[in-house]
Amino acid sequence: MEQILANGFYLGAQYALIALGLTLIFSLMNVLNFAHGQMYVFGGFVTYTVVAQLGLPFIVGLFASAIILAIMGALIEVYLFRPVIRKSKREESTMLLAAGIAFFLDAAILLLFGEKQRGVPKIVDGVFNWDMRIIMPYDRILIGVLAIALIAGFIAFMQYSKAGRAMRALAQDRVAAQLMGVDVDRYSMIGFALGAMLAGLVGGLLVTITGINLGMGGPTSIKAFMMIMIGGAGVISGAIAGGFILGMMESVGLTMLAAYGDITYLAIFASLMVFLAFRPQGLMGKPWG
Amino acid sequence: MNRRSLLKSTTFAAIASFALVSAAFAENPVLKIGFVGVTSGPAAAWGTSNQRSMEARAAWINEIGGYDIGGTMYDVEIVAFDDQKDPKRAIAGMEQMAQAGIHYVVGPNVDDGAAAVRPVAEQNNIIYFPYAFPKSLYEAPASNAILGMVANYQSGPAIYKYLMENNGIKTVAFIAGNESDPLSQRDSGAAAAKALGLEVVSDTVTYQMDTTDFTPVMLPVIKTSPDLLVLSGVSPANAPQLIRSARELGFTGLISTETAQDAAVLQEGAGDLANGFISVGGASTPELASDAMREFVDRYTKMFGEYNDESNTKVYALEYILATIAANPAAMTDIEAFKTTMDTFEAPNPYMVGDAKLSYVGTTSFGQKRQVSVPLVVNAYKDGVFETLFVAQVD
Repeated sequence: MEQILANGFYLGAQYALIALGLTLIFSLMNVLNFAHGQMYVFGGFVTYTVVAQLGLPFIVGLFASAIILAIMGALIEVYLFRPVIRKSKREESTMLLAAGIAFFLDAAILLLFGEKQRGVPKIVDGVFNWDMRIIMPYDRILIGVLAIALIAGFIAFMQYSKAGRAMRALAQDRVAAQLMGVDVDRYSMIGFALGAMLAGLVGGLLVTITGINLGMGGPTSIKAFMMIMIGGAGVISGAIAGGFILGMMESVGLTMLAAYGDITYLAIFASLMVFLAFRPQGLMGKPWG
Repeated sequence: MNRRSLLKSTTFAAIASFALVSAAFAENPVLKIGFVGVTSGPAAAWGTSNQRSMEARAAWINEIGGYDIGGTMYDVEIVAFDDQKDPKRAIAGMEQMAQAGIHYVVGPNVDDGAAAVRPVAEQNNIIYFPYAFPKSLYEAPASNAILGMVANYQSGPAIYKYLMENNGIKTVAFIAGNESDPLSQRDSGAAAAKALGLEVVSDTVTYQMDTTDFTPVMLPVIKTSPDLLVLSGVSPANAPQLIRSARELGFTGLISTETAQDAAVLQEGAGDLANGFISVGGASTPELASDAMREFVDRYTKMFGEYNDESNTKVYALEYILATIAANPAAMTDIEAFKTTMDTFEAPNPYMVGDAKLSYVGTTSFGQKRQVSVPLVVNAYKDGVFETLFVAQVD
């Protein structure tokens, strides 16, 4: 059981970080960013290129992923989402745009980085073994700790920085924030850039553990959507809770239900349907907590 | 420039243009070969290695003046269609091949796609070379599909037997992705292992193809402490992660698969933890590869930037199509002539040293010759390269 909990906690930390970027963009702009998973994959490939191809330290790769994805996010918001939101009265326009960006990024990743699975060498060697009760490689522990540190840093940024307060105000009431002098366009761009940066950072972190390949984008987006549906769309604490809940459910299910075949996600989806029937706004609901 | 010079140079230019145009018209006729397979999405690596193998070989043939069929030199053109691993798109792709008048198609890469295109291929006189294992595709009354590689129910027993005799394995565990190909390979692998007298200690654990952390998946399998862990139908993307999780959980036994893998991917994804991993390849090791194989790898690498070891097995399909048509030029448009030629066809294998032959096999497995004979080369990965464990032949 200790191993199951440790696996769940580690999975939860990485899932929560993935969900944070998605929920941030949703809360600020009411946009379901279907390209979030592709941004995660792009970030992983950037780190791979910097570390494995250019031979630079892992931390440089991580920074490169963060910066490139932040710029990409800002450009996508300014040149794609902003005009569409301004001109279209229909919410599905942004959903279609996001889906289009996802397909575009898939094609761009194939052209830029190829079709193969990629990975970078382990950043820490060795395996923690507590009397065969918990076995966890040190690199996973490090990535788990870094993920939690990033989550804490993100919360602190949103809580105490001027930009964070402005984005929270935007998320609560866009018109009221504008009347209070918040530059809506500027903070929408910063928020989208921050969300994309978080996706890129997770991709960069996990490329050392799981590697990265072209096909990981779509499934990552689906899991991220599940997390924010569990926790409550647009709520930071909800995304974190959703991430840890999904990670724990996956870990428990994969061990406990192994004898019955691959029914873990069947059970998770069934539970989610029942849960949403009773609480459609998720655990923490909207608006911003 | 005076008028006479102008006239002279104009006349010269006109003659030169005419000569060039005539030369262009004198180019080789083109033989179109199709490819319908997956070149995007999670399984892109499987089809991409197919398509690129064909394109690299076609470019090579065209560069040296074409392929001699019945005394005429033909340029080879590859017409590719990405089915996105979707059977509906595979059907659309095969229909597109039929509309283009193509009679020979490589692919699809997976079971459901290969089954879906069968009616289209049969109605439109297309011979196709799937990388899918269901026997019904190759057994009578089916006759248009030719298996393009060694099936797992052929390679699996050979690997298990070798490991029983040389490593003394007694127990085996299977783990497979939750998709039709890996699951069917797991089932046939487990049946073959039992038939050989191995004890199957685990064969129920499966994983989602999009799993990013295999530790929880692998945990119950490792607890059964098998001598051999078989990664049934594992894709090159998932293999390094599964190996890594198994080793990090303390597994010290043997790990094998019956699919082709890529050494660079294993090195990047699992590093030294992949040492000893057993997989199936083509003429992939230095002691087996001929000069032609080395040149193919060199040309592929120059053309696409990086070689893919899966192409060691996927280089063969186009070679078989061309060599069989060359043996009976009537087969270029008449697939019945192609089928007749298959029964007696034999040609030197250009990619292997020694006296290896290209021929059609499969009588034992399918009751008719509906499989290309490629060498069953079983490799063990070590420090970034594959080493040959043993070589066998399939019928």
